[in-house]
Amino acid sequence: MTRGHHDIGGVPGAGPIDQSEHSLSDWEILADAVNQALGARGVKRTDEMRRAREEMDSTAYRDMTYYERWIASIEAILIEKKIITKEEIDRKLAEFETKWGEP
Amino acid sequence: MNEVANPEHGHDHPKHELSHYAKRIYAIRDLLIEKGVITEKDIQCQIEYQEARSPANGAQLVARAWVDPEFKARLIADPKSACAELGIDASAINEFVVLENTEQLRHMVVCTLCSCYPRPILGRPPDWYKSFNYRQRAVVDPRGVMREFGLNPGDDVEVRVHDSTADIRYLVLPLRPKGTENWSEADLAKLVTRDSLIGVMDPLDAISE
Amino acid sequence: MGRAVNSPSKFKPGDRVTVKFEDRPGHLRTPWYIRGKSGWIERVYGQFRNPESLAFGRDGLPKKTLYLVAFNQSDVWGRTSEPKDKVLVDIYEHWLESSVGEGTSS
Repeated sequence: MTRGHHDIGGVPGAGPIDQSEHSLSDWEILADAVNQALGARGVKRTDEMRRAREEMDSTAYRDMTYYERWIASIEAILIEKKIITKEEIDRKLAEFETKWGEP
Repeated sequence: MNEVANPEHGHDHPKHELSHYAKRIYAIRDLLIEKGVITEKDIQCQIEYQEARSPANGAQLVARAWVDPEFKARLIADPKSACAELGIDASAINEFVVLENTEQLRHMVVCTLCSCYPRPILGRPPDWYKSFNYRQRAVVDPRGVMREFGLNPGDDVEVRVHDSTADIRYLVLPLRPKGTENWSEADLAKLVTRDSLIGVMDPLDAISE
Repeated sequence: MGRAVNSPSKFKPGDRVTVKFEDRPGHLRTPWYIRGKSGWIERVYGQFRNPESLAFGRDGLPKKTLYLVAFNQSDVWGRTSEPKDKVLVDIYEHWLESSVGEGTSS
């Protein structure tokens, strides 16, 4: 039996609680809103998103920020449901990156 | 292509500097709209819905409960209806439970498995609530966590930690601070911090001038 | 204390229960630290669709009864320094079995 990387109640070694807060970046607000919109439209359930995060690579789970994990799980579930493919996302992102460019 | 309007965002990074997944949400958003899965309006509505929710809702409920014992009883018996009385829309919560603190009892809420939180009432949870350290420590060392937030319950106080693992969403009804007799609801609400609604601290003290 | 439910629930407030010590693949909402621990039913929340099934796009039926189960901290972590303290977890009926005389409520 192995414990999921998300199932961390009581796991020793935790440090002090960092009480600092950050105001959300645009991309985090967007991730939050896309997640909620998909739920409101009945495209996915919160339970599926949680499961996707549990299935992530454990190192990635610890290293990613909260909303990065949300985006990774949004992508995983949309691909699983065959709504979008990874290749479509890659292509669209490549278009964006051309537009965003580098200074 | 529309950008997300957010007047509060301050110093956002240029997009080419965003991390791998941060960039991908823009692509995912556009594809979902192109394919008709969601609309731009859906996204804007969700942003507005979220911005309209804040700990002020919780403070309002608590302040009313402190001044009106019958409202307090209704709040504990049927929290969603009590919210509706004050014009707070808690309909998105499946099941809502209010945990009343007393002199001998303090409650604290965590979601060890992810970050379940009464978002429809209080808005987004604070970063610390979602942190690994809180999720790991809250169930095994609640008094240590409380101490970090300035709360030090004595040996005569029972501490109850709720691990919110299912559809129930919990709100702590903190103890009314001493010396607030005759205070207005509005002034009482100012003492009710977000963190006192999660239970890691008591409300602010009444400071007499 | 408990809410009325339409179909009979196996446990009622005050019943002593033990969380099953099992594991299987999939999406489980019973935390690791509470598996195998004994406590008592504090509230009966009613019936909800099973998240273990919902997580895989299934309908979550039949619904499962959800309980608020209370445990003495000393029974969960083996410490006795805060004898009054408790941890309470929302647990589905299929994870619980009756226990007799295990743990003590203060």
